[in-house]
Amino acid sequence: MNLFEYIRPTSVAEAIAAAGEPGSAYLGAGTNLLDLMKGGVTSPNRLIDLTHLPDLGKIEQLPDGSMRIGALVKNAALAHDTAFSKAYPAVAEALLSGASAQLRNAATVGGNLMQRTRCAYFADPASACNKREPGSGCDAIGGENRHHAILGWSESCIATHPSDFCVALTALDATIEIEGAGGRREVPITDFYLLPGDTPHEETVLEAGEIIVAIKLPANAAGFAGHQRYLKVRERTSYAFALVSAAAALEIENGTITEARLALGGVAMKPWRSAAAEAALAGLSPTREAFEKAAEAAFADARPSGENAYKIELGKRVVARALAMAAAGTPERMPALPASPFASDTGAIAHV
Amino acid sequence: MNLSLTLTINGETREIVLDDPRVTLLDLLRERLGLTGAKKGCDRGQCGACTILVDGQRINSCLALAISYHGSSITTVEGLAQGGTLHPVQQAFIDHDGFQCGFCTPGQVMSAVGLIAEGQTGDDPERVREAMSGNICRCGAYMGITEAVIEARGKMSETKPEKAA
Ligand SMILES: Cc1cc2nc3c(=O)[nH]c(=O)nc-3n(C[C@H](O)[C@H](O)[C@H](O)COP(=O)(O)OP(=O)(O)OC[C@H]3O[C@@H](n4cnc5c(N)ncnc54)[C@H](O)[C@@H]3O)c2cc1C
Ligand code: SF4
Ligand code: FES
Ligand code: FES
Repeated sequence: MNLFEYIRPTSVAEAIAAAGEPGSAYLGAGTNLLDLMKGGVTSPNRLIDLTHLPDLGKIEQLPDGSMRIGALVKNAALAHDTAFSKAYPAVAEALLSGASAQLRNAATVGGNLMQRTRCAYFADPASACNKREPGSGCDAIGGENRHHAILGWSESCIATHPSDFCVALTALDATIEIEGAGGRREVPITDFYLLPGDTPHEETVLEAGEIIVAIKLPANAAGFAGHQRYLKVRERTSYAFALVSAAAALEIENGTITEARLALGGVAMKPWRSAAAEAALAGLSPTREAFEKAAEAAFADARPSGENAYKIELGKRVVARALAMAAAGTPERMPALPASPFASDTGAIAHV
Repeated sequence: MNLSLTLTINGETREIVLDDPRVTLLDLLRERLGLTGAKKGCDRGQCGACTILVDGQRINSCLALAISYHGSSITTVEGLAQGGTLHPVQQAFIDHDGFQCGFCTPGQVMSAVGLIAEGQTGDDPERVREAMSGNICRCGAYMGITEAVIEARGKMSETKPEKAA
């Protein structure tokens, strides 16, 4: 790890001013940043510690019924907040399917949004990587790329975004509240992340020095509370990143789907909202055929970026299954294995 | 750069001046304060051997920058036993053979103490396993670990019913 200057601002304005200097990075809990610094992947020369800032640690219900989550709220605290998990159960399920209890206790929601890709070549400074070092090439192309993208990738970068939380937020139309030297602005999460194109080192719309202050979930997203799930297929039951995941939410009236929401994880460099799948579901009854039709629509544009064609078939099955789980209804209690395909509906022990 | 911090460690308040901002809580405890209970397995958040409690919550101390934790209260495995009496979780690990080589054990024990305080699992072995999944045991002592956590949780909720899940 490189040596750095440690700065502990006492206000958001002070933090933004400090981060204006080139080479600065914000420090949340550090569970991603310190990991990358230990590996020599990033080497900021100033760390601006956000964790002592006042007022960024609240979960509030706003007068219009929306919920505002301060950027420093811990992943675990949000998932276990009763009012929050009742209104947005798929977000809670997504959070609890990520990382481990220890990491969720430490990690901030702002840091979760900003975590970097898990592409192994990105993490290895000896490899060529356009994201880490613009113009150096991409060793994942033609390399070990079973975990890489099938949607929205480019010839410059085929990495995926690793967050589970963001996938559920994307399905439910979250917005990100950002503050910078020029004031505050709000960006829908669907516009927050950038696809790689020719500039894979540019990952979000955040300008230098800008800080995420909060995440907002609209009041109408709670209308899906009775029918929403997150499903995450991984290489082991727990404590692993998604191969493919899906957040599905349905509004069902008199046996007909009136509105559907679907977002995918593990498939692209951003959480992938599928308007085509949502449109395919509206007006249908919640049947297996409808869900399979939506799954086809969700992956109509998918293309393998290497040894990962399996992800397209897997993704379709994950979508159909997540929609069926959502249609069956949000379970009263968080499943023992959140977001797991191995969790049985009855709560019976499904693995040894 | 001011690199001084106050930490309460196992009940004792300490003023610490760091010589380097890069020091993690794990390295501070092990290399500078002589508390070698927390172990360094991976140093990257992937194994749980370094688990400690910060303000009662279990975290991985290897990915925690010490200077950032100014003002916190820390419990390590050294702080669990009361005089000559082991903590119920420590005793349960012995009673159920919850280890073999013992390298992961301080992390497992601290994680279990955190898990019981979180109160999310009840005595459901599936929930306990899921909530302990951040602690890897290379010896594969998982069966004994799960039994130990369930037993200790039961004993602790008998003595402190308000903490029951
Ligand atoms: C072993 C392991 C397994 C994991 N498994 C999963 C998983 O299955 N699913 C999953 O979703 N995640 C997983 N994670 C990632 C984890 O969720 C992130 O590391 C964590 O959420 C980051 O939060 P943090 O507060 O520690 O951020 P930090 O590490 O402090 O920061 C991360 C990045 O965000 C920036 N940042 C932080 N806060 C702000 C802010 N308010 N505004 C602007 N920028 C900011 C930092 O500058 C840095 O670039 C795993 C991590 C590990 C180590
Ligand atoms: S896929 Fe993207 S992150 Fe991975 S090596 Fe290529 S450019 Fe880097
Ligand atoms: S040493 Fe901290 S998680 Fe492995
Ligand atoms: S007892 Fe040896 S690693 Fe767990």
